[in-house]
Amino acid sequence: MLKFPIYLDYSATTPIDPRVVEAMIPYLSEHFGNPASRSHAYGWEAEKAVELARADVAALVNADPKEIVWTSGATESDNLAIKGAAQFYQSKGKHIITLKTEHKAVLDTCRELERQGFEVTYLDVQEDGLLNLDAFRAALRDDTTVVSVMMVNNEVGVVQPIEEIGEICRERGIIFHVDAAQATGKVEIDLQKLKVDLMSFSAHKTYGPKGIGALYVRRKPRVRLIAQMHGGGHERGMRSGTLAAHQIVGMGVAFRLAREEMATENVRIGLLRDKLMNGLTDIEATYVNGDITHRVPHNLNISFAYVEGESLIMAIKDVAVSSGSACTSASLEPSYVLRALGRNDELAHSSIRFSIGRFTTEEEVDYTIDLLHRKISKLRELSPLWEMVQEGVDLNTVQWAAH
Amino acid sequence: MFAPVYLDHNATTPLDSQVREAMLPYLGARFGNASSRHEYGRHARAAIDTARAQVASVLGAHPTEVVFTSGGSEANNLFLKGAAAMLKPGRVAVSAIEHPCVRESARRLVKQGWAFDEIGVDAQGLIDATDFAEKLSAKPQLVSIMLANNETGVLQEIESLAAMARAQGARIHTDAVQALGKVPVDFRALGVNALTVSAHKIYGPIGVGALVVDKRVELAPLIDGGGQERGLRSGTENLAAIVGFGLACELAESRRVADASRLVQLKERLEQGLGGLGATIFSSGAARLAGTSFFAFAGVDGETLVGKLDRAGFACASGSACSSANPEPSKTLLAMGVAPELARGAIRVSVGRATTMDEVDRFVGALSEELNTLRGLTAMAN
Repeated sequence: MLKFPIYLDYSATTPIDPRVVEAMIPYLSEHFGNPASRSHAYGWEAEKAVELARADVAALVNADPKEIVWTSGATESDNLAIKGAAQFYQSKGKHIITLKTEHKAVLDTCRELERQGFEVTYLDVQEDGLLNLDAFRAALRDDTTVVSVMMVNNEVGVVQPIEEIGEICRERGIIFHVDAAQATGKVEIDLQKLKVDLMSFSAHKTYGPKGIGALYVRRKPRVRLIAQMHGGGHERGMRSGTLAAHQIVGMGVAFRLAREEMATENVRIGLLRDKLMNGLTDIEATYVNGDITHRVPHNLNISFAYVEGESLIMAIKDVAVSSGSACTSASLEPSYVLRALGRNDELAHSSIRFSIGRFTTEEEVDYTIDLLHRKISKLRELSPLWEMVQEGVDLNTVQWAAH
Repeated sequence: MFAPVYLDHNATTPLDSQVREAMLPYLGARFGNASSRHEYGRHARAAIDTARAQVASVLGAHPTEVVFTSGGSEANNLFLKGAAAMLKPGRVAVSAIEHPCVRESARRLVKQGWAFDEIGVDAQGLIDATDFAEKLSAKPQLVSIMLANNETGVLQEIESLAAMARAQGARIHTDAVQALGKVPVDFRALGVNALTVSAHKIYGPIGVGALVVDKRVELAPLIDGGGQERGLRSGTENLAAIVGFGLACELAESRRVADASRLVQLKERLEQGLGGLGATIFSSGAARLAGTSFFAFAGVDGETLVGKLDRAGFACASGSACSSANPEPSKTLLAMGVAPELARGAIRVSVGRATTMDEVDRFVGALSEELNTLRGLTAMAN
């Protein structure tokens, strides 16, 4: 039985896995202690749970639990990592490099650092969404101290060459931050192998609760940060504030499940995504955005030419999808990520991000394919542009009358 | 199951079962991201709007004045650093008994060229009027004084302090984390420009709080990104916790009078017992929170005593929770002029909604036994 709207927006947020909720409940009930309370069993119980969760988060990415700092989410982790490192190492230089396709949490943090006197290079990506390593090398300067590149893009799902970028950064002693909010449980992350210094995580993109995330801070070689939140000195001074044990327990279980199940789960999800992709690219004049091989199996981002974006979204209300990144979808600006991939405004507006996950079924994918076929042909029937294209008119040669 | 008697409500409170029930759907089928435009997102947005209205209404503020944060620490950081970022470096003054998140946020401003002042308190922990007037005469742009102290429970006369501070052109903030639910906390009546509240001190979930701030204070965000909370606090909203916070605020207000009268009775019974055992009760000459007693026994180490009480089945604190890792005596007590030796003996008992008179009596009995043992040992050693 299908339940509407069909949720195909796993990159915006995932449902919490029922096993995660179950593990959280005791910490919303009898185990309510403040993990910082050192003088009684309520505190110790909470602290023990926090440390078990820290080990589970560390295990997913092959890190040491001591390298995990709890935050309120990936946005805070990105802020702490980039501001914290840029400010700590500013005597060495004030140049930062990032990509034009990063999440707002990274881009707006960099803009703030520009206001504080730092210089930021926002690199273009290739048409496939990937960073060109030669362009990256060319952008490096003697005063570059921090590089921030996301592992998996939230809109198009492409996986950046983190291993190669890490090698280049380490060789030059540059701090390398990676936003992995969209990567956990989707691609393998081995921090013993990757030369990454700081990595941001979020629970609610990996079947955990909202309001909790973490920052990986490498110990060997040691990475230093200026704390952004001051107070009781929690998290070894890197992030003050009472730890929310129930949320932390939830993140721990969510990451443990990801570690245990990602290998089989991603095969299933990949098959569903491919089915969706084949079903939708059957429609004429559709374009898949972003490289398809260096990509997580969960994501499909497609532009449907000759349909108007808003009308399309209205027409397919039975499926919950995103026409841009969740955080920017309140504005009707064309997605800056798709623009960076070279899509024009019209195509960017008429693109849809389908992101599927743990609870997506084949029936839902079949329904979605059928729905899109029906709605797009209906919308195109109403489109004079589509009519012209069908008549063989090359739209690029048309002289449009000015208004 | 061994369940010690919980007497540490100022560290955190148990989650109210009604609040938990209200949160559960948002940990289940109502999981949307409030920034999404589809049905899941719109439901999430509506739930956050409702919670914001609940918090605003209880605090006598406008919903647009409520900025949700990850908790009280973040809200305090946001006010001090966020307001400072929009001003030319000047002076910041905070009381000598603030929570570390206020004190440390204010002290950080020194690195950006600000002058940092600490406003002294008297022997009861109340703001010293002379020192306050003096610090105000130096024209600080930012002032922060907590409404109720987390350790002693002492209540400041914020209305009059705020009026004086504003008359000198300062933006005044109060950390009302410990006060909410116990005394009236009305944003307009207090006359402050900003105040901080937290859910987990009022039987709501850990992980959410708010800064209530009026339009006269320009703020720069601490956390940049997607532009949530009108650009003042980016990051996907902590939906379930925010829903819980809204309800916890309403419950705290509706139960405030009844809760307070019960807590006062518990505290009076406790302090009667403490008096009989020869305790020094801090701030006992000032208006204090209904449920908080901070006390010490001369010559008895607080850490040791609290450890023994824990084994006897009573959970209380030897200092404020956040600095429990820190063996230093309480800064609040030192600021009040309490001798460091006595301050090292400090124990905090904070009773709450579920505490019973019987538990208080049993606690006093256990305390008496432990003291006898400890004093016997001391006598033997001498």
